[in-house]
Amino acid sequence: MKHKYLKNVATLRLSADKCIGCGRCAQVCPHRVFKMKEGKAQIKDKDLCMECGACARNCPANAIAVDTGVGCAAAVIMGRLTGREPSCDCSGGECC
Amino acid sequence: MRCAAKVVMKMSEKKPCCSGGGCCAGESVTPYGEKDKWVTGEVHTPRGGVPMVSTKLDFKDILGAWKVRWGIGRMDYKINPGLYAVGNPDDASPVLVSANYKLTFDALRKELSGLDCWILILDTKGINVWCAAGKGTFGTGELIIRVLRTKLSKMVSHRTLILPQLGAPGVRAHEVTKQTGFSVVYGPVRARDIKAFLASGFQATEEMRTVKFTLWDRLVLAPVELASAAKTSLMVLGLLFLVNLFAARPFGLADFIAYAGAVIAGTVLTPLLLPLIPGRAFAWKGWLLGALWTAGFAWLNGWFASGSLLLATGYLLVLPSLSAYLAMNFTGSSTYTSFSGVIREMKTAVPLIVLSSAAGIVLVLIKSLSA
Repeated sequence: MKHKYLKNVATLRLSADKCIGCGRCAQVCPHRVFKMKEGKAQIKDKDLCMECGACARNCPANAIAVDTGVGCAAAVIMGRLTGREPSCDCSGGECC
Repeated sequence: MRCAAKVVMKMSEKKPCCSGGGCCAGESVTPYGEKDKWVTGEVHTPRGGVPMVSTKLDFKDILGAWKVRWGIGRMDYKINPGLYAVGNPDDASPVLVSANYKLTFDALRKELSGLDCWILILDTKGINVWCAAGKGTFGTGELIIRVLRTKLSKMVSHRTLILPQLGAPGVRAHEVTKQTGFSVVYGPVRARDIKAFLASGFQATEEMRTVKFTLWDRLVLAPVELASAAKTSLMVLGLLFLVNLFAARPFGLADFIAYAGAVIAGTVLTPLLLPLIPGRAFAWKGWLLGALWTAGFAWLNGWFASGSLLLATGYLLVLPSLSAYLAMNFTGSSTYTSFSGVIREMKTAVPLIVLSSAAGIVLVLIKSLSA
């Protein structure tokens, strides 16, 4: 069964103008958000994006932007409490 | 014949000394301890010995995995970063890159039986590939440093590094190529597909490239969720014990079962039934199971009778909120939640959880202290 998270929240953006069609984003995406069509990448289903940032980091043309962060409520809460960036560093030993 | 790397089994505790001029041929390029039974010998290369690792897990490895799955010492379960050998690799053998979390390393090596390859372990501070990539420790900089420090370009004649696909969030492949001359090939998500990936000339199917979150994946996470919730619960039980000193209706076994059920609903049942529970937000899913449990248990105990209605209402406000909170924290263990999604979910869920549980605690305490 396919897991689906909240709709219309992902911050993924793709600039078709900048895309050079190398296909790296489609390769690295763990949720198969991209497809290649006519030598360009396209976003197939943005709601599947978990904002890991693999596509953006590996895009040699800087055609992809996404606000990355840990998709972890515990990390966000710890971040708020300690005033630091939310991270997987739950020093208490519990972590993602 | 390619560069023949000689295999020397670990026969003597002493380092074999070479003739003349600074003894170093027996020095391992990657340090390891005598207790590391997974090192079965050393592959000798012109640059020194490279520890050869077993592709079988022994009892100690399995026990170690079991311990960290229960949250025991899991933040310090790591191996030394550096180069390792599987089988009898030579300068044409593929180089697989991985993380120095021992659980990760074990998951990788057990899939490599019969292969001859190199494993380049990055220093991810004992964190798995995906989480480390998210943090950047499985990253461009660390990979470049590790390639240079192990003098990999002198160990192998090809210029290809095979990275796990889930390392991609941390690694800028084109940058690595620019700095080291090695091109980056992203392999499959799961280690068990590596053999097929290598055999097909680096072809990964869509299936191999897709992250899943199977029932089994969710099940192995349950112990650590439960263990961490149990630790916090000890404090709650301590507080209730103090309340009991003044209580007209002391907390008893039924209260404990109600509470434990809500914890299990949030940490075990919600993760296990995740895709089956209607709705998308984790907090909602947890709340739903927690509410079903609490209502059912309260009904069984006759807490809906007029004399106990305050208690039932109190528990219905606090326990499902607790399940919701625990389930919400499971977003961090899931493989598909985004940061934006979690923030959106929390904006609604956290205020509701706080208000509901505060009201619930007040009602339960009133019932308990005044009876």
